[in-house]
Parts: sequence; C-alpha cells; structure tokens
Amino acid sequence: MTTPYLRLSGLEPFVLTPDIPFVNVGERTNVTGSAKFRKLVTNRDYAAALEVARQQVENGAQIIDINMDEGLIDSQAAMIEYLNLVASEPDIARVPVMIDSSKWEVIEAGLKCVQGKAIVNSISLKEGEEQFRHHASLCLAYGAAVVVMAFDEKGQADSYQRKVEICARAYKILTEELSFPPEDIIFDPNVFAIATGIEEHNNYGVDFIEATAWIRQNLPHAHVSGGVSNLSFSFRGNEPVREAMHAVFLYHAIQAGMDMGIVNAGQLAVYDQIDPDLREACEDAVLNRRADATERLLEVAEKYRGTGGKEAKERDLGWRDWPVAKRIEHALVNGITEFIEADTEEARQNYDRPLHVIEGPLMAGMNVVGDLFGAGKMFLPQVVKSARVMKQAVAVLLPYMEAEKLANGGSGERQAAGKILMATVKGDVHDIGKNIVGVVLACNNYEIIDLGVMVPPQKILQAAREHNVDVIGLSGLITPSLDEMVHMAAEMEREGFDIPLMIGGATTSKIHTAVKIAPRYLSGQAVYVTDASRAVGVVGQLLSPEMKPGYVEGLRAEYKAVAEGHERAERLKQRLPLTAARANAFKPTGFAPAAPSFTGTRVIADWDLAEIARYIDWTPFFQTWELKGVYPKILDDEKQGEAARALFADAQGMLAQIISEKWFKPRAVIGFWPANAVGDDIRLFTGEDRSSELATLHTLRQQTTKREGRPNVALSDFVAPEGTSDWVGGFVVTAGPEEIEIADRFEKANDDYASIMVKALADRYAEAMAEMLHERVRREHWGYARDETYAPQELIGEPYAGIRPAPGYPAQPDHTEKVTLFKLLDAEAQAGVQLTESMAMWPGSSVSGLYLSHPESYYFGVARIEKDQAEDYARRKGMDLSEAERWLSPILNYTPAS
Amino acid sequence: MQIFQLPRSAAFGQLERLARDRILVLDGAMGTQIQGLGLGEDDYTGHGSGCACRHHSEKPQKGNNDLLILSQPGAIEEIHFKYAMAGADIVETNTFSATTIAQADYGMEEAVWDLNYEGARVVRRALDRATAIDGKPRFVAGAVGPTNRTASISPDVNNPGYRAVSFDELRTAYGQQVRGLIAGGADLILIETIFDTLNAKAAIFATFEAFAEHGSRLPIMISGTITDASGRTLTGQTPTAFWHSVAHARPFSVGLNCALGASAMRPHIAELAAVAPTHICAYPNAGLPNAFGQYDEGPEDTARQIADFARAGLLNITGGCCGTTPEHIRAIAEAVAPFAPREVKA
Repeated sequence: MTTPYLRLSGLEPFVLTPDIPFVNVGERTNVTGSAKFRKLVTNRDYAAALEVARQQVENGAQIIDINMDEGLIDSQAAMIEYLNLVASEPDIARVPVMIDSSKWEVIEAGLKCVQGKAIVNSISLKEGEEQFRHHASLCLAYGAAVVVMAFDEKGQADSYQRKVEICARAYKILTEELSFPPEDIIFDPNVFAIATGIEEHNNYGVDFIEATAWIRQNLPHAHVSGGVSNLSFSFRGNEPVREAMHAVFLYHAIQAGMDMGIVNAGQLAVYDQIDPDLREACEDAVLNRRADATERLLEVAEKYRGTGGKEAKERDLGWRDWPVAKRIEHALVNGITEFIEADTEEARQNYDRPLHVIEGPLMAGMNVVGDLFGAGKMFLPQVVKSARVMKQAVAVLLPYMEAEKLANGGSGERQAAGKILMATVKGDVHDIGKNIVGVVLACNNYEIIDLGVMVPPQKILQAAREHNVDVIGLSGLITPSLDEMVHMAAEMEREGFDIPLMIGGATTSKIHTAVKIAPRYLSGQAVYVTDASRAVGVVGQLLSPEMKPGYVEGLRAEYKAVAEGHERAERLKQRLPLTAARANAFKPTGFAPAAPSFTGTRVIADWDLAEIARYIDWTPFFQTWELKGVYPKILDDEKQGEAARALFADAQGMLAQIISEKWFKPRAVIGFWPANAVGDDIRLFTGEDRSSELATLHTLRQQTTKREGRPNVALSDFVAPEGTSDWVGGFVVTAGPEEIEIADRFEKANDDYASIMVKALADRYAEAMAEMLHERVRREHWGYARDETYAPQELIGEPYAGIRPAPGYPAQPDHTEKVTLFKLLDAEAQAGVQLTESMAMWPGSSVSGLYLSHPESYYFGVARIEKDQAEDYARRKGMDLSEAERWLSPILNYTPAS
Repeated sequence: MQIFQLPRSAAFGQLERLARDRILVLDGAMGTQIQGLGLGEDDYTGHGSGCACRHHSEKPQKGNNDLLILSQPGAIEEIHFKYAMAGADIVETNTFSATTIAQADYGMEEAVWDLNYEGARVVRRALDRATAIDGKPRFVAGAVGPTNRTASISPDVNNPGYRAVSFDELRTAYGQQVRGLIAGGADLILIETIFDTLNAKAAIFATFEAFAEHGSRLPIMISGTITDASGRTLTGQTPTAFWHSVAHARPFSVGLNCALGASAMRPHIAELAAVAPTHICAYPNAGLPNAFGQYDEGPEDTARQIADFARAGLLNITGGCCGTTPEHIRAIAEAVAPFAPREVKA
C-alpha cells in the first residue's frame, strides 16, 4: 500500500507498478510531434483536435502528452482551452495528462485546469538552481509529477557522464532540499539523433541506455522517459527504418530501465518482426557496435527508402501465401484488420464448428501476442490493436454460432440454459478473455449479461439481483484485480448471495481462488476456471441439480488440500535470521568424547572384495536401473519382480567375476584430529595441546522455522566446544579407476548392458566400502563403539552412534569443503582420488566424508539459507560472497545480485 | 514556497499521538442544530437580538448560517460546546461558506475575514470550556467548504470550455479564508465536501501559501463527497483517482463526508483505506433524507453502522454530517471506543 509507485490520475487512477514494463505516453496531441494536430489547433478546430486525443486513449495510451508550443498560436490560451475541453470528455479525461511545454507559464496555466494528478514536462537546471527549485516547489503545491530534463546551466547533457551528473544533482536537490517524492521524478536523459555521419553522435544511443541503467540503479524510485523519435532524425522520410530503429532502441532502453516514453505507438514495429538484416543494422547503430554501423544502416536503409511505413507493409504481402492459421496469427500480432474477415471466413470453412476457429487459430494467435507482450517485445497499444482484430474475427463467426444454436434445438424463443453475468472487475479494463468466455458460453445456449469492464461490486450485485442470474463470472488481468475479486466474494457473502462465482483471467489461479476467494464466500462456491474451454463444463455441472452437490463437494475438498499445501509451502519458505537460528542450535547433553586410537592419517589397504560385497545396499542399485522399490522386497514385486530378479542374477554373476578376477583395487585413507566447535565451524588442531590450528571445517546451519523443541542444527553442534577434548575424523574411499577401463571395454564390444552394470557395481562397492570402513572406525580405529555388533545389512538403517556426513550432501551442501578434507587426508597421494574443478571426485566410484562420534548426531538437510548466513559463511571461509553464492546457489533462499 | 521544510505546528504532533491510540471523533451537523433554533431574518443580521453584525448587505441573510458566528455567537458557541461534551475531539468551525465566492450570494464578501477569524475563536472558547470540565484536549478544525462554483465543469452547455470560476479566483478566496482561520486559532484545516477536486487543489495551494506566511504547517484534513450511485465525485473521479489528486497535500487524513449514509459510503471508504497511507476519516449523513428532506436515522442506527467500519479496521477519525446531532456523536463515540484505530503504514 505504501510502496512508492508513481501514482497519477485523470478521472481514474494510474499507478506505475513494476508489472507495467513501459508506459506509452500518447504523442499525437503534441503540435511539435504531429503536423495534423498542429494544423487543427492553429485552425482552432478543437472538435477534431479532441478526436485525436480520444483515439489515442482508445488505442491504449495510458497518459496523453499535450503540447501547444507553436509560434503562430497563443500557447497558453490554447493549453487552457484544450485542457478545459478535455475535462468535458470523460472518455478522454479518464487518463492522466502530461502538460508539455518549454515555457513555464504555459505549464502553470495547464496545471490550473486539471483536477487529476498530471505530469509536468519539463523542468530543468537550465536556468540555474534557484529557478529549478522554484518550479519544483510549485509542482509540489499543484500536485504534479515532473519530467526533469538532463539540462543544466552549461547546456543539454550529451555524454553519459553529463547525463548522470545532472540527473544526480537534480535528484539531490529535489529529494533532499524539497522533500520531493522520488517516485514522482521522471528523468529525461535526452534522446539524440544517431547515425548522422558525425562520429561524435554514434554513441548517443549507448549513452542514453547506460545513463538510464545508472539512474534506475542509483536514484531510487525515479523513472526514465524520453522522446524516441529524435533518435532517427537523420532518416526522415524513411519510415520503415525509423520504426525499426525506434523498436530496437526501445527494446534495449526498456531492458535498461526506461519505463516511460513519448512514442507513436501506432507506428512502432514489433522487435521480433523486423527484417533480420535491418534489425541487425539498427542494433549495430543503436548500440554503436561497429565503426561502420552508420554506413551499413544507410546501405540497408536504401532498400526501404521512399516506401513509407504503411506502404512497406502493404508491399510485403508475402505472408498472404501462408496457411490460414499462420495468416491469422500474423494479422493479430501486427494488428492488421484488412484481411481478417476473409481469413476468418476461410478458417470457418476448414473447421467443423465456428467455435473451433476461436479456440484454434484465433486463441493461438492471441497467445503469441501474449508471449511477445510478456517478453517486452510488444507494447500495450499494439496489444489493444490485436484485440480489435480479434473482435472483428469473432464478429464474423457470431452469426454462424447463433445459427448453430438455433439448429441445436434452440427455438425462436430464447430458451436459455441459464443466465450468466460476466464482468471485468473494478480497476481493470481487460476484457478479451471475458468476451471469449462469454462467446463460448453463449454458443452453448447460456444467456450472457455482460456488464463490461471496470465494474464496481455494487453494480455487479445489483445487476445479479435484477436479472436473477445463475452464475457470476469475474474476469481480471492485472494483479490488483485479485484483491477486487476477494472483495467481491466477501460482498456476495455479506449480501446473502449463494450462486456460484466463477473466477478467470491471466493473474487468477487455483491457489489464489482456494486460499483467498473461496473462504470469503462460504454461502456459495467460488470456482477457478482455467480457460474459456473449461467454462462450459464448469457451468454445466454448477447448474445441474444432480451434478452440483458432488461437484461442489469435490471442489471444496480440492481447494482445502490446495490451501493446506500452500500454507505448508509458505511455512517452509520462512527463514529465521542467522542469529535466531544460532540461538536455537542443537545443545548436546553431557557427553565425554572418546579419543581415537591414533591421530593423523592412515592408509587402509587390506580390502577383501568378497567381504565388501556383504555390505552392499542393493536398493540404490535397483534405482540406478529405474526400478523403484526396496531390496529384497522388490524381487517379489508383482510388476517389477521379474525384471528385478533377472537384473539381480546378472549382477550376482558379474559380482562373482569381480571378486574372483579381482577387477577392482579398492583404496582408502582415514584420519583423526583433535577438534572443537567454534561457532558454526569446526577447528582442527595439530596436537592434543590444541594450541596450533591445523585447519577449519566450515558448516552451515538450518534456517528453517522449526517446531517448538526442534533445533536449527549445524554439523558443528555435534562437536564439543573448546574446553572439552573432542575429535573429528575424515575419509576417502574408492573402488579404484579400473572400472573405467572395464566399462570402456564392454562398450567397445557393444555390450552397453555390461558397461552400465560394471559402473553401477563399482558405485555400490565404493558405498559398501564406506559403510564397512565406518563400522571399523567405530569399533577399532576410533573405537568409541567397540561392542557394536550389527550384521552388515542391518547397517543400512543406520542404527549406530555417530555419522559420516559428506560435503556436497544435504548436511553440508558446500562441495568446496572437500578441498580441506582432501588436503587433510592427502587423498590424491594416499588414495588416488582427485578433485575436479567442479569438486567432483575422480574416479567416480569414490566416497568421502567426515566422522562425527556424538551419539545424538544425526543426518539432516540444511535446506535453504538466507543472505545473512551466506555472507557470514563467505567471510568465515575467506571467500568472495559472489563465489560462495555460486557454490551455494541451489540452497539460497534469495536471488543473489548477478 | 518550500512547504515541506516548514516546521509542523504543535497540535500536529499531539493529534498524531492521539490518533495512534484511538479513533478520534469529529463533531456533527451545524445546520440541523441551527434549524432547531428557529431563527428569523432579524436574528441572522443580529438586529433582533444578540449583537448586530457590523457588516451590511442589501440582500436578505436568513439562511446565511455562517453569519451567525457574528450575530449569534452565544448560540453558536453553545452548539460547539454540546458537540465537545458529547465526545468530539475535533470540532469544526461554522465557516463552510465563509469565502468571498460563497458569500457573494448574500452580498457579504466583506465579512469573510471576521467570519473565519471569529469562527475559529468561538470554537476555541467552547472547547476551552469543555476542557476545563474534563481535562481532555480538543482541536479546532477550520472548515473550508467547496464553494458553490466548480472549476472543472462548464455551466454553459453550449460552451464546454467555459468556466464560471478559475483556479486563481478560488485560490485567492480560499487564501483569505484560511488566513482568517489560522489567525483565529484553528489547529487544523479541514477541506471538506469536495465535489470538484480542482477546487480542492486550489484550496490546498492556498493553504500552503498561508502556511508559508504563518511559518508553520498545520495538519490538513481532506474530505471528498461521492454524490451518487456511480461511486464517483460529481466531477467524475473514482475514490482512488481522487486520492492521487490530493495526496500532495500530505494530509493528516483523507476521507469522505456528506451525500451518503454510512452503509452506502462504506465501499468507498474501504477503497480509500486500501490505497491511502494516511488516516481515514468518514463522517456520513444520518442516513438518506426522507421524502420530506429530513434525516430520521436515529443515533443508535448511525452509530451501529459506523461501528462496523471500525470493526473492519477502516477508521481513524469519524463523526457526522447532515442530520447528525450531539446525541449521534455521543452514540458514535461510544460505539467506536472499543475498536483500535486503523493502522497507518507510512
């Protein structure tokens, strides 16, 4: 609610939220930008001049720029007259205005005519700080946002440095001296002509784009705008090239953060649709990517010279030869109405039912529009144009659908299956989806009462009562509509409604409906409808007395489960601050650690392959072969038993060979060191006096919100703190590199099965070695559990005391900890195991880890961590935060700065 | 005019502290109370009883309620006192029409300074009496009405570009009014019953100018009016658009008054409460007038509906407009007392 967004108004509010990538300011009511408008104003033909404004708003302009700076007219009088007239036209006055003049008197006169919150375009430091402060203070008193030109006492900023410097200075004066709301500041860092042939101009596009990025990063909440048409000044008369340049420039500037612009949206090419050669040439010039960019653009431009924008498009009618569905898509994306009726008719003849044309090619085309819009490659006015094409196409189909309805038993008298009220909720103007749903339902003999867009709740409920409707369908595309729908549901409950409420539209979801909407309307049922195709089924069930009870019961159960799942997920997402997690650390009860039989490292060479095989856990072996089940039960499984038995027999066969022919030469190294926990780290010492540090093992702490009584554990919690003698062990085992050679041999013999088998068995061997070695460590080498007597297969359940956590696994997800472990063990020399650059072990059939002896220690997952821990961890490790974040990226609960 | 660099008045901080703790209560209607006095022309001019007004006009003054500040100050003070004792923390001056523009109909433009200056003083006197009794702090709200002209709509159907009043005319008139109110001791400025936001913007501009001269910034309360079922102001703005247009006043509160009864006002108040990061103030009429133009909604009825607003967490300040009486205010004050004020997230 208090997010500092730019908030404007005409009769209706406009909020520049982050989900609006770019605000198109209509430029047709600008005498300097439109010759037509200039002529109308000089001739005082205000009726026609108002039409220009109306068309812009209809075309989707969210703000209209009004400029009367023309030498031949009294600009101030014209500004007042025009704004007063606009105020009398609700369909124009609903959007905010941008009062545009180079003369302050004209701007101030304009400010006195608008009841909404306008934008002043522009003020600057051109005449010094005193004047700048004066104008800005007046804007505060009139209640207007401002465009601030990158212009100072020395002139207009042309370089990146000057743009940035002036904007920063203006921002400081506005926000610090005048308390100007930063979200009400829109910088115009000056778009200048490029590709003029003058070398100094070549970087103007880049300077603007980079200055834009700087402003958005360094001047919080401020916006960036610009007059785009200046860019292509040197290509006057060559409209296709100008349009392409503008589209390319905007594509990059918007990515840099330009969120507003004065553009003739009607003449803007779609970035993706520009001829690739032309696009590349434009891109070279805009981004100043090559020294000969201007020459090359001029060369390419020659091809388009004199064709004129519109003509160029008409000339290139190659797309008319495409299949009809593709043609419809092209017309929708490019907003071409010329052929849509014929194409729709052609499509209708190709499909069984007229409805299938809507659900097929028309919807597919609109999805492309949606994707391009989502990717920032189309702008809102273009989308509005697409929707108009869509409406025209649907209009062609409607009579056929009516006829179909009549043929399907519909008599002359209207005998509706039910009455459905459709509305786009208050604050939202998007009705394409709603209209499609309406059409689809009407085709199924439902009577549709369509209240249109921006419908307030009271009006919906009033109409629902008046028409005695059976279902209310709400649509919305923008995020605030979700709250509006929640509000509607509550209002329906409050006013005693019980009819079903259908929810649809781009931002709506099953989760939102289940969590936020349905619980507010318990007297009736709120239903989320994925798309138009589902609406008929949903309404059919809701209005059938036989089906409704079961359907609603099912929905309620489903929504309950969805809501509970959501709540669980939300709980999981919550993270404690590191300090709080540390305060809730695992606190071991009294425990006297046992001393190991030796400290330092020792190579273990006496391996018996047959003995190791007894320790193999076969369940993961079957998983390797995508047989899911637990050994030995899997051998008797109804479905997989046979395959499992055959596989197991083959494995046993090869295992016998491995043992008898000594295929593998296992190696291992273990070590023990005096150790104590220091915070979340484990410090190892060179000797029992614990005075000299050998190494530090770093561990990560759980930051999940825990239930009462559950600790936020880190591995260091299982090691005694300083003052108590404790030890930590480490190991690396490997089945050896021999498997690689053997597998290769099988592969060359085209025996892929045997090749995979030997690798799978080598993996099992390494794991079994780790298990077996751990047992020997507990009973002999460390000897803290000398009396332990478990059968090898019992060990799988980990009944023993102590753990052997491995770096890269859930209890310590940081693979780089292996470096310390390998160094301590001198693993490469002593066991022949190396670490690759990405911290993988070579040979692959190797296992490493730490030994911790605390009887209460257990395996756990660190799960996701917050930035406070990542920073702390990086500092402890002496690693750059960015590097630590790279290694920890799978467990970060935030998006690191790139 | 670097308005936000001005220090805030002492009452500003005091009001903010109070508003954190509880829902503040505004007074109720003046008109209903004045009607009850049954005054005639001589009473209005002061020639019948009380003190004769020293300003003269050829035009009849009956119905010029603001003039009673000068001609019947005792009666006016008594009404303010009753509201104060009924539980109002903030009491409005009787200056709804005390601008040169509104007083032109009565030919009383020259009385404007006195109306505002004395209008504030008479409230101050009444509140000081009440505070002497119970020790509770109370505040004088200088009431600034919309005038009877609109800057956004042409009264001439054939000439939509024409305006019967300009921004600067309004700004001058409002400036006189606000200066008088501040000089008379107003603690805050209440720009109310706004049907044309452009008028209100002129009032805000003038108020800023007056603050700059005064050397400190008083709290501003802003209250719009939704006139019909369209849910918009007379000049066509939605409540959110209205808020965007007046947010630059950085008001102590924004809200709605008049035109609607409490129930009908609720969705619009809810909308403002959802978008405006400042205190929300609602003071509806006592229902809708009956066929005879009278308000017959009882105190308990109005209070119950307003308590619903409070229960829903929509309110920081409330009171009554047309048709409400000291009994309404007493009932409202009691009804909202158990509820915490809406949390304002700055």
